[in-house]
Amino acid sequence: MTNDAFPAKPTPLVQRHQALGARMIDFAGFWLPVQYTSVLSECRAVREAVGIFDLSHMGEFSFSGPDALANLQRLLTNDAARLGPGRAQYTLLCNEKGGVVDDVILYRLSDEEYWMVVNAANIEKDRAWIQERLSGRVAFHDRSDETALIAVQGPRAEACVKLLAGEEPARLQPFQACTARVDGVEILFSRTGYTGEDGFELYLDPAAAPAIWDRLLGLGQPLGMLPAGLGARDTLRLEAGFPLYGNELTEEISPLAAGLSFAVKLEKGDFTGRDALLRERERGSRLKLVRFEMTERGVPRSGYPIWHDGAQVGWVTSGAFSPTLGKDIGMGYVPLALAETATGLEVEIRGKLKKARIVKGRFLRRERA
Amino acid sequence: MVPEELRYTKEHEWLRLEGSNLARVGITHYAQSELGDVVYVDLPEPGDRVKAGGSFAVVESVKAVSDIYSPVDGRIVEVNKDLENRPELINEDPYGQGWIALIEMDDPRAFEEQLTAAEYREHIGEA
Repeated sequence: MTNDAFPAKPTPLVQRHQALGARMIDFAGFWLPVQYTSVLSECRAVREAVGIFDLSHMGEFSFSGPDALANLQRLLTNDAARLGPGRAQYTLLCNEKGGVVDDVILYRLSDEEYWMVVNAANIEKDRAWIQERLSGRVAFHDRSDETALIAVQGPRAEACVKLLAGEEPARLQPFQACTARVDGVEILFSRTGYTGEDGFELYLDPAAAPAIWDRLLGLGQPLGMLPAGLGARDTLRLEAGFPLYGNELTEEISPLAAGLSFAVKLEKGDFTGRDALLRERERGSRLKLVRFEMTERGVPRSGYPIWHDGAQVGWVTSGAFSPTLGKDIGMGYVPLALAETATGLEVEIRGKLKKARIVKGRFLRRERA
Repeated sequence: MVPEELRYTKEHEWLRLEGSNLARVGITHYAQSELGDVVYVDLPEPGDRVKAGGSFAVVESVKAVSDIYSPVDGRIVEVNKDLENRPELINEDPYGQGWIALIEMDDPRAFEEQLTAAEYREHIGEA
């Protein structure tokens, strides 16, 4: 497919999106659907039934060889040595200052084979960052252009995957992965997602992606499946309290400040950023990411100032009206002391201060059915 | 979806003449469709002065914040309080229950200066 016909890089599913009447936008240089029908109905489908997403813009890297693990341990904050074959973990690439270069998912496919999924906007940056730091017997390849990614998310995702590919992938536990063949196509199934719902992500050959997309939509529609775009994806991840690179995570912000210490294993041995993160753990983070809901109406948006006691103390990183909760919610950074105890936070929305309340933990919790 | 009896602005507001000097104002079907699901409307207060081309309300959709510009000089007489709890009325019925404000025009001739339905259709490429 030529790229000339589109304002940005098309995914293998671009013709499907057009046929479905999607509204398309340039996201990180990719031509992607922001919504098909309505963001609110797409969110509802994912929360109550099942949604299907084209995530082929995401980047994928492969690592293999006897020194793959040692290299990944030096590059990443989480402990890759804890991964058994067929397992995945959330982990981060940090710089020497402890700032986040990217947040990624790492899979161990077999003894010496690893698969890393990175944010679309960071593919080139991450590739260069990693290549500069690799040593020893490790083969590294950027597989982004040869990999399509389809996500199936929601309480009926398991039923869809079972209809498509049978029991084995449908029985995966969270953060497990396996390969299975569908109509002769090898697919890597992973029980992961970015919506706060149960769900799967399917990595496959781009040439096979349109046929598998069609199969999934055909199987899913009787179960209430809707195709869902980037708008729904952003609202769903915010409702689930997940950070987004570029909003909550940047090279100036540490994973400790972002509340991701579960993915930072300072005791595992040396890795890039460890010294800075050890110091930050000793001294305490200056800022802390908080989740909040508005107690006065108003939609908080990225960049809006957060006030406390007559002073501007922080800023909003993400915000939206949550259709699931029926409230305006957001995330943002405030000084550590305020994150622990503060009442009386306010968000400045078009020059007016509107009251907000810190929410501990996630906005919504979902149990697997 | 561009009713004949209304007047329009290039910024996708519509006006309906009521009585001799009142204009009911909302956003067009085209505008609501471009915005997507409306989740919040920041309304002015009755009595507020408005200036032609000045922002007097804000409509927030899931992804975008959009200023609503007054087509005329005048004074807000009434606002659509139903939008506080049901902002989706703008999507469902943009020319009816989704109206935003009733404005008393300083000079009723301002109504006639707005785009006609045919001109607005041409503006949005539906002519």
